[in-house]
Amino acid sequence: MNANIILLPVLIPLFTAIAGLIFRSIRIQQPIGVIGGIATLWSSWQLFCDVRNVGYRVLHVGGWTPPYGITLVADHLSAIMVVIASLMACLVALYSIRDVDAMRKKLFYFPLYNFLSMAINGAFLTGDIFNLYVWFEVMLISSFVLLALGGAKPQIEGAFKYVSINLISSAMFLSGIGLLYAKVGTLNMADIAVKLNFQSHSFLINSTAILFLSAFGIKAALFPFFFWLPASYHTPPAAISAIFAGLLTKVGVYALIRSSTLFFRESFYYTQNLLLVIAGLTMVTGVLGAAAQYRVRKILSFHIISQIGYMIMGLALFTPLALAGMVFYLIHHIIVKTNLFLLSGIIEKIHGSDDLSRLGGLYRSSPGLAGLFCISAFSLGGIPPLSGFWAKFALIKAGLEIDAFWISLIALLVGLMTLFSMTKIWGEAFWKACPETAESKDIAPVTNLALMYIPATVMAVMTLYLGFFGQTVFDVAQATSAQLLDPRGYIEAVLGGGGR
Amino acid sequence: MEIFWIILGILLGALSATTVHRVSAMYSGRLLACIPATGFMWLLTRVPDIHDHPLQGSISWFPQLGADLSFHVDALGLLMALLITGIGAIILAYSGDYLKGDSQQGRFFVFLMVFMASMLGVVTADNLILLFVFWELTSVSSYLLIGYYHESAESRWKALQALLVTGLGGAAMMGGLILLNRASGTWTISEMLNSGLSIAEHAYYPAIVTLFIIGAFTKSAQFPFHFWLPNAMAAPTPVSAYLHSATMVKAGVFLLLRFTPVLGGTSAWMITLTGFGSITMLIGAVNGLRQTDLKKILAYTTLSVLGMLVLLIGLGTPTAIASAMLLLTGHALYKATLFLTSGIIDHETGTRDLQRLRGLRRAMPITAAIAGLAALSKAGLPPFFGFIGKESIYSIGFAPGAMVAILPMIMLANMIMFALALSTGFHPFHGAVTSDTPKSPHEAGPAMYLGPLILSVLGLVFGLLPGITVESLIGSAVTSILSTETDIHLSVWHGFNVPLLLSIATIAGGVVLYRMRVCFWSKADESDRRRLSFDRIYTFIFNGFVAVAKCQTRILQSGYLRNYFIIILSVTGAMIAFNLIALGGLPRTFNIRDAKILDWAACIIIMASLYPAIFGRSRMTVLIALGAVGFGVTMIFILHGAPDLAITQIVVETLTVVLFMLAIYRLPNFRSHSTRNMRFFDSVFSGIAGLLVTLCVLKAQHVKLAPSVSNQYSEWSYSLAHGKNIVNVILVDFRALDTMGEISVLAISSIGIMTLVLTRTRKRRMEKQE
Repeated sequence: MNANIILLPVLIPLFTAIAGLIFRSIRIQQPIGVIGGIATLWSSWQLFCDVRNVGYRVLHVGGWTPPYGITLVADHLSAIMVVIASLMACLVALYSIRDVDAMRKKLFYFPLYNFLSMAINGAFLTGDIFNLYVWFEVMLISSFVLLALGGAKPQIEGAFKYVSINLISSAMFLSGIGLLYAKVGTLNMADIAVKLNFQSHSFLINSTAILFLSAFGIKAALFPFFFWLPASYHTPPAAISAIFAGLLTKVGVYALIRSSTLFFRESFYYTQNLLLVIAGLTMVTGVLGAAAQYRVRKILSFHIISQIGYMIMGLALFTPLALAGMVFYLIHHIIVKTNLFLLSGIIEKIHGSDDLSRLGGLYRSSPGLAGLFCISAFSLGGIPPLSGFWAKFALIKAGLEIDAFWISLIALLVGLMTLFSMTKIWGEAFWKACPETAESKDIAPVTNLALMYIPATVMAVMTLYLGFFGQTVFDVAQATSAQLLDPRGYIEAVLGGGGR
Repeated sequence: MEIFWIILGILLGALSATTVHRVSAMYSGRLLACIPATGFMWLLTRVPDIHDHPLQGSISWFPQLGADLSFHVDALGLLMALLITGIGAIILAYSGDYLKGDSQQGRFFVFLMVFMASMLGVVTADNLILLFVFWELTSVSSYLLIGYYHESAESRWKALQALLVTGLGGAAMMGGLILLNRASGTWTISEMLNSGLSIAEHAYYPAIVTLFIIGAFTKSAQFPFHFWLPNAMAAPTPVSAYLHSATMVKAGVFLLLRFTPVLGGTSAWMITLTGFGSITMLIGAVNGLRQTDLKKILAYTTLSVLGMLVLLIGLGTPTAIASAMLLLTGHALYKATLFLTSGIIDHETGTRDLQRLRGLRRAMPITAAIAGLAALSKAGLPPFFGFIGKESIYSIGFAPGAMVAILPMIMLANMIMFALALSTGFHPFHGAVTSDTPKSPHEAGPAMYLGPLILSVLGLVFGLLPGITVESLIGSAVTSILSTETDIHLSVWHGFNVPLLLSIATIAGGVVLYRMRVCFWSKADESDRRRLSFDRIYTFIFNGFVAVAKCQTRILQSGYLRNYFIIILSVTGAMIAFNLIALGGLPRTFNIRDAKILDWAACIIIMASLYPAIFGRSRMTVLIALGAVGFGVTMIFILHGAPDLAITQIVVETLTVVLFMLAIYRLPNFRSHSTRNMRFFDSVFSGIAGLLVTLCVLKAQHVKLAPSVSNQYSEWSYSLAHGKNIVNVILVDFRALDTMGEISVLAISSIGIMTLVLTRTRKRRMEKQE
């Protein structure tokens, strides 16, 4: 297959974004956005199948031999991430048609959304550390504008905190790159790996490693860097929150995985225990944060943090099973979390609020919604045989296999607490009778929610699939884990013939 | 593999339940009951040769993690499966009438059948993970069932309590089974049992036993987790009958029975189980005495029986296990019956309060007869099945190696049980007729009384003819539990012996307690408060957890950006400082002799312009000072042979300053919002940050691990890329993709600015229109 296919998941959203800027009518922008999403998904899927066959797909942009130009690389991890990101982007685009109001759409909602999608795919596919920084910037600015789009005061405030903290992340990342470049004189990730991994002094890049850890930690919303996430995710329309919740932090996680498994590999030993502690604290603080909230989206936002902790736990354990579990967790989490945000959007559309004290009666009035919520919430709570169970199980098994008892214990208990906050939403929004307030009587029945229900249903079906037929996906996760544990394949694919 | 199809059939029944209910609301319960009933019939045909031919089969499911859809049904599993499907079918038919006309009856059937399937899975699964999957599903489906009356806050609270307590057990189980897998090397339960393996010597043994026991105790409501079971009575009565007496609570007991050969036999096992079992047994019995709500009484006697079962398992002798099996079977039969009859009473009279229920035998003779039969079995009177179980338990006290000390406790519990059996099965139906009930009582329909009738008659038949009915199955079950051949002989009459005397004493004591029942009721309120102590501990922990959560979130997520910055930067700084010190790499000496005079000049310019940049009072001063810093940096580029870069830098600096000038021209002067202390802190803080960055840069200068790629750029930019300015070539050729990204950033920023402006004008326009 043509190596250029690796560019498509980046270029298609770029073109749809530009097209959206040219044709300003919403009636054109909407179909372009959705069709672009489907096309991106198709190209990502092709890329994924291709990578499944050949292992790696590499493109040297502009034809410059590495490490002089920018290289795009798709290994299993990148390909999976791109597929899942495109899938989410496509479904959420569909959802946005009904969810996002006309004013935001007129203010270039769809082009911005496509730019974001481009940046996310670019970040997953690049094999160049500075290029990764550039994609981070595109991602940051487009998500910032989306957050602030057409916003009232709380929204702008959230967006401001979001952008300020993320700018610190950018500064740290850039400083880290600068220091790294000064030491190894290259930006190509595979080349950095070659230069560092066979050096007895490779631990001397630890200051860069720490800067990267902090920079990616902010992006991934690790403890104690996560403040921007709960400050901003509950403010914009649900569609925007959903795509952020599903994908933004995962780019940070991806960057952590990539840097730890590829070029900081030899010195990973130094940060491994630190990372394990961070993972535990992230899990606990996140879930406690969720327990303290009383609004659906705030609860869900804090849960993102907690679950990032699980992924980082997998990374820090660094065994084949742990990494496979981590990849499976990523896939599960992206689908389930995005879906829960979509469902919270439907709740808000029906009730005009996501405050649990004002919600109620949905179990009686919307049984379909209750069913969808049940699937996703119980999956998030790790109830077997849904996807979240296998993800959690694999990670805890990996932990216990190498006698990492305390982190496994935390992971088990945090699972229970997660279930608790999910039942809080369930009990208050679904089971409780609808509180008789003046507004609730005025609520006219909301119709035409099909466009919101379809993506949510598709995601729920995928959750079920991951639960009942998870073994097929776990195969891919294991292949990914094998690639991550043996970066020689990646280096050879990029530099050719085992590097120089 | 047939068991898999039965489970699947019930699950498919669950999926179709709402549809079935919509089509035929009248008969949905009875129609759905056909599925487990068919399963029951089929299982019944397997009884004769189960001992020699256990049912088994396996389908690969999640091989990477060790999960397989493998089932292994031996006599123990079959006995449990028969109870689950048989009583399950009765419950389904019963609840068709019990909840008739309720808008959520369809969903009720869904949850009930999911529960039934998962319970069946628990007792038949041969794979540890599969067992756990079903185990957790029983917790979740029971949550959904307990919260059936979901608009009551109390009901929701109790459902959540049950879920959290059993969920805690689930978490423990998950850890336990992974460790068990590591200790035994297999996920297959039958393999573990057949290999005769005991892991008592393994280093993980204490952890495994603890975790498994927590799992079993939470599920089977053993002290100190017993409080959730009486609370679970918030569920509709058929659910209480099924989940909280006959099946789900038996899951923990089943787990203990199943893993007795692997985990049992140690003194830790024995002491824990007998200790906690007897506490639970007594707590249940004593508290039951004080209740007047029929369902509450039944819940407490269930607790008591569960305690007795755990105690017997703890003893672990063949007789004890056989007694446990007899008790388990007998209890399932009579307890389900009594729950169902109390459900009938509740349904037809509108109350379950013993103080208001008297003389119902005239209005509901059939129910009275059924309840009477079940109560006699529960009371342990001959010739009922309950009697055989009790006799068997009493005979342990004299078996070698057993503790005689527990015998009085068991006797006391049995006496109370006797009294409570009569309270639930006789008291409401006998005595003078009162008209104190909210509804005028009348007999229930056949769908409701047929099931309990069958169960109560079985209690009599098994008691009269144990040899040809249950003996072989229970015998094989004991054999399969202990993995050693055990022969048991059941009969009502054993001759005059000590157990018989004990039985007579029990009955005498029970009659006395029954006579005195009203005395205990008066203390119900007081005892409730005391009984609730564990409930209160739960509430305390629950509230404490929420309070801690709120507190830590308030501290961390304070809402102040300044705090966030301080936390992020200081954590990063601390990590960097630690690494710089711990791992080293800093140059020991600084070589400043190479620096030329012009370098110094550039440095001085930069440093000098920093002062107004920091302390400047107007934006203009600051901006110009920053521009000067930029030009200083440009000078360094020029001095060190990068003219192309210098040109670019000059252009960028100039443009930035000019554009900023235009923008800030309209802004007011700085206003200081921070106090003196804050400013002092900030300057020290940023000073340290700057120092750390400087150290990092110095170190980077010092550590050169490889030559830079930039040399190649200068060589290629003219020859291959045909560009004269190296910066331009890098931007548009070598690293064109970066530039594409950065252009996008610019485009998006301009959209962002535009949207902000547009939003404002649009809002203003809208305000004007209003």
